[in-house]
Amino acid sequence: MRFEYAPAPESRSVVSLRDCYGLFINGEFVDGNSAFKTISPATEEVLAEVAHAGPEDVDRAVAAARRAYERVWSALPGRERGKYLFRIARIIQERARELAVLETLDNGKPIRESRDVDVPLAAAHFFYHAGWADKLGYAGFGPSPRPLGVAGQVIPWNFPLLMLAWKIAPALACGNTVVLKPAETTPLTALLFAEICQQAGLPPGVVNIVTGDGSTGQALVAHPGIDKVAFTGSTEVGKEIARVCAVSGKRLTLELGGKAANVVFDDAPVDQAVEGIVNGIFFNQGHVCCAGSRLLVQESVAGEVLDALKRRMATLRLGDPLDKNTDVGAINSRAQLDKITELASSGDAEGAQRWSAPCPLPDRGFWFPPTVFTGVSQAHRIAREEIFGPVLSVLTFRTPAEAVEKANNTPYGLSAGVWTEKGSLILWLASRLRAGVVWANTFNRFDPSSPFGGYKESGFGREGGRHGLEAYLDVGGGGDA
Amino acid sequence: MSHNGPMDGITALAGLAASDASLRRFLHGLPGVDEVGARARADVLASRSIKTDSKRQAIDLAISMIDLTTLEGQDTPGKVRALCAKASRPGFGAPPVAAVCVYPDLVPAAVAGVAGTGIKVASVATAFPSGRAALDVKLADVKSAVAAGADEVDMVIDRGAFLSGRYLTVFEEIVAVRASCGDAHLKVILETGELGTLDSVRRASWLAMLAGADFIKTSTGKVAPAATLPVTLVMLEAVRDFAAAGGRRIGVKPAGGIRTAKDAIRYLVLVNETAGEPWLDPAFFRIGASSLLNDLLMQRARMETGRYAGPDYMTVD
Repeated sequence: MRFEYAPAPESRSVVSLRDCYGLFINGEFVDGNSAFKTISPATEEVLAEVAHAGPEDVDRAVAAARRAYERVWSALPGRERGKYLFRIARIIQERARELAVLETLDNGKPIRESRDVDVPLAAAHFFYHAGWADKLGYAGFGPSPRPLGVAGQVIPWNFPLLMLAWKIAPALACGNTVVLKPAETTPLTALLFAEICQQAGLPPGVVNIVTGDGSTGQALVAHPGIDKVAFTGSTEVGKEIARVCAVSGKRLTLELGGKAANVVFDDAPVDQAVEGIVNGIFFNQGHVCCAGSRLLVQESVAGEVLDALKRRMATLRLGDPLDKNTDVGAINSRAQLDKITELASSGDAEGAQRWSAPCPLPDRGFWFPPTVFTGVSQAHRIAREEIFGPVLSVLTFRTPAEAVEKANNTPYGLSAGVWTEKGSLILWLASRLRAGVVWANTFNRFDPSSPFGGYKESGFGREGGRHGLEAYLDVGGGGDA
Repeated sequence: MSHNGPMDGITALAGLAASDASLRRFLHGLPGVDEVGARARADVLASRSIKTDSKRQAIDLAISMIDLTTLEGQDTPGKVRALCAKASRPGFGAPPVAAVCVYPDLVPAAVAGVAGTGIKVASVATAFPSGRAALDVKLADVKSAVAAGADEVDMVIDRGAFLSGRYLTVFEEIVAVRASCGDAHLKVILETGELGTLDSVRRASWLAMLAGADFIKTSTGKVAPAATLPVTLVMLEAVRDFAAAGGRRIGVKPAGGIRTAKDAIRYLVLVNETAGEPWLDPAFFRIGASSLLNDLLMQRARMETGRYAGPDYMTVD
């Protein structure tokens, strides 16, 4: 018997979109000189106009952050900073539905993900760092580590609110003030967060949000009034930022691209491994820097695992991101869809075999079906370049040593996964994988207490946990982290 | 009932029924179950939102899959007659349930109660619920139920033997019960609440399927926890994999603790997205329950009228 699920859309009415949004500087919304539109990638509907911050706006924002740093925030005892962070965390929880709907509208990700992952994790990051604010002397960086000053933070479009939380929560807990630039295609939850800062009574200037495109980000990271730059995004832009910061003495952390190997051994718990593969690459449409985009499966079970994977992929529900039963949402932008399409074509051209889940794509908006390439070799572009979309490349290996060799054979090193029932093999592999995070019998699990960050071209510095605090503290160049 | 060709093929391939050791090699060679992952998957499926038409469809499907059950020491022919009346005409225009499930001595009452309705009579047997009796006693129990007209027999496995690794004992007992069932369908109760791990659930599922079960069933309802979503997920994976390997299509029956329409719909979602459409059929999926029917009826009435009817409008049995 066929059992179809009727549409179950989350209501949009919880969100009141304004026609246009200004910049959030010194605790209030101010107009910019020009504006750009932000759309829903699922429908291409214009959601709002957002101010574009030029160099003079960035200047004002940095000046506000500097004033707030010197006059208020750096002098505030840790326990008082913690109170603000706790308050922000609670308001995020209280306004969770509103934030989730807005995130889904602006980003295209399924409401199930924004509701169950992005927003709860964002609140968790504020709760976690609120707890650190008055305990920094016990974090292993000396008895009274100092903040750095004003942080310029540039974040990507894949987890707009969550990346904001990863950046702002530790910065504020450590006594810094911030100027944050959200991604051009997903500015709306950051602007709602600005309202939350007002609601929490955060002193003006502690958090400033400047919206715009790459030029705004450039103006921010190059600004002489910035002490610390934190960037999450593409490796290409990360390298450019590193060049700018290298000559300025700014502290820098970069969280960049990835091409993670998800290694499945022949004794893996197959059903859960298949879930892990699906979650690894199709979670958030594959717009995840730590996505498990390379499946390395032991040759002896490759056929069995692939059959199970395709059967599972056929049940993925692609469509309206606001529908509570949607598993795979929209690609975030036309540009990203073009990039995914081009890289997937290179897979065809280079001789890999493409299989896509048989799901119809909506007529409007940006969509790409969950896709798997088999017969992929290390030399193929789809095995080496970050696709940042719902495209999985499948490679095989014969021995654990070959698995390590192939997993590490990439310029990236952000994450990896290992699936086996054999504990000693997990430990053996984890100690040899050059990746910042190694997940064992799970994938894409995040927790504010767990440091996250990369090796090699995936960047440097850690976010989250005790280690993540170091990026926002003056540890005298010799912290014991 | 005899095994068909592919099924014999599987049995032969594994060289299975030779000894405890050969069965252990096979059962322990099945892919493991990661408990955290299985629970996470069950949680995601439990968050599906089933509304309007699909909810209406699911409610009627769930009603048609119920094994309406009474398994109490105080059961009487009168109580069973009432149960049968409710089973065949639940009210509110709802379809009849799949079966009534009673103790063996009440099978005659149940047979009389459902005569002419198409509703099956299921009987628990084999020293239900503990299964702690000699094999010939268990088989006599089965035969008496079948002789009295039971269409389906719900047996319990010997959990003590299973947990101590005497897989051949469990296997041979199921084979013997199967033989005593004649044409009656055999549901094998794993009593997953006593098995401890999802790995054991998977192994017990395969053991029962290989020994000739028509259905694998979670629980007696007398042990907590009874049916859970993760356990049912693993059992659905087992029947799916068994069929894919060339075996017969085996049914699954969660029983115990499923009391609300919301619960029942979650199980249907689990079936839909794990084993798939072929199992969305009372021939291959049943829900063992008693109070569930009234909640489904209440939801059904609410969808028809837009209002909740109070419990006084639902018949007690």
